[in-house]
Amino acid sequence: MNQKYTQTFTKGIITENPVLRLCLGTCPSLAVTTSLANGIGMGAAATLVLICSNVAVSLLRKVIPAKVRIPAYITIIAGFVTIVQMLVQAFLPAINESLGIFLPLIVVNCIILGRAEAFASKNPVLLSAVDGLGMGVGFTLALTLMGGIRELLGAGTLLGMSVIQEPMLIFIMAPGGFFVFGMLIAAANAIAQKMGKKPVKSVGCDGCPNHGNCSGCDQPAPQENQAGGEGQ
Amino acid sequence: MSYMLGVLVLSIFAENFVLSQFLGICPFLGVSKRLNTAVGMSVAVIFVMVLATAVTYPLFAYVLEPNNLGYLQTIAFILIIAALVQLVEIVLKKYIPSLYKALGIYLPLITTNCAVLGVTLLHFTKGYSYGIALVNAFGSGIGFLVAMVLFAGVRERLESCDIPKFLQGLPITLIAAAIVSLSFMGFSGIANGLIGG
Repeated sequence: MNQKYTQTFTKGIITENPVLRLCLGTCPSLAVTTSLANGIGMGAAATLVLICSNVAVSLLRKVIPAKVRIPAYITIIAGFVTIVQMLVQAFLPAINESLGIFLPLIVVNCIILGRAEAFASKNPVLLSAVDGLGMGVGFTLALTLMGGIRELLGAGTLLGMSVIQEPMLIFIMAPGGFFVFGMLIAAANAIAQKMGKKPVKSVGCDGCPNHGNCSGCDQPAPQENQAGGEGQ
Repeated sequence: MSYMLGVLVLSIFAENFVLSQFLGICPFLGVSKRLNTAVGMSVAVIFVMVLATAVTYPLFAYVLEPNNLGYLQTIAFILIIAALVQLVEIVLKKYIPSLYKALGIYLPLITTNCAVLGVTLLHFTKGYSYGIALVNAFGSGIGFLVAMVLFAGVRERLESCDIPKFLQGLPITLIAAAIVSLSFMGFSGIANGLIGG
């Protein structure tokens, strides 16, 4: 029993890291990681929403009819996001300023909806909470890593303390975000390959709640996708 | 008029949604593999963005804000967008089946697309009026289209390239996106001149 909880917790951090292994939540990962503090702030906010929404969805899993489950999950998530938004506005105005629009956009973060659909709707409350915590910590760690690298190379500081004398400004701008993310995925792939796992080839569609009804993504349902692509 | 034009150009190039604001990255990386899917998805996004703005802007400005219900913004907007997408899907299916065939498959994906929710929220942080907000929504959609089409072209070239093993797949796609995004940074200089300082 204990092992089950430990496994659920650690898979979110390493083997199924939402950002580096499943490639979910790419928008916030790229946009807010201009500094270490931003990465931690975003990670913490998303973790809080993730745990709360997982618990709520798990509690209501036998009540919500299957047909309207996605709108129901979105409403639950939006409620918690609003709470977190108000808390951050009240107590951490600086973080609120720097995260800006990406704080309310946690609503459409596919990690959260994905976990509600893939895990919390099928598992008991405590296990869902542990899953939310694990995924949230994994998300936070990935954002912290990325924020740290970008702040160090782009601004020459770490949490505001000067480290490098001549920083490369490009790393805290948009192209630097794409570049650092690409390199981190390459590193994660290399490590995964050493451990005998498959590398990430494309943006994660498995975790996306619309995976079943969307033919836009290019994997892993190739036939359906072909039909969708050329079906004009 | 010139202000309107400025906002349009700004939202397409200098503040490109995908390449400089990081909104809608998932479809950008996921759907840009072939040109026709990229165009189909983008047209659906433009359509929903303008429609969502047309509905959510008056709701916030005339209903929520005057009644001190501003904190309901996120929850109200996402529900409206979700309902709107469903409605568009039903209407298209019934009356314009040819358009539904072309765009319908992308519609469910759009509900959870952060670009659509993002654009409706950004109008208020930027303080645009209703008319300008609509222009901005249209421009942002066009910007999404431009980025998607450009990047679909880049990816087609990438397929025939000899890529180092450790960069194959997603890493090289992201590095290519970095270079495309670098080229769009050239537009940022014209931003201030256009809007009139």
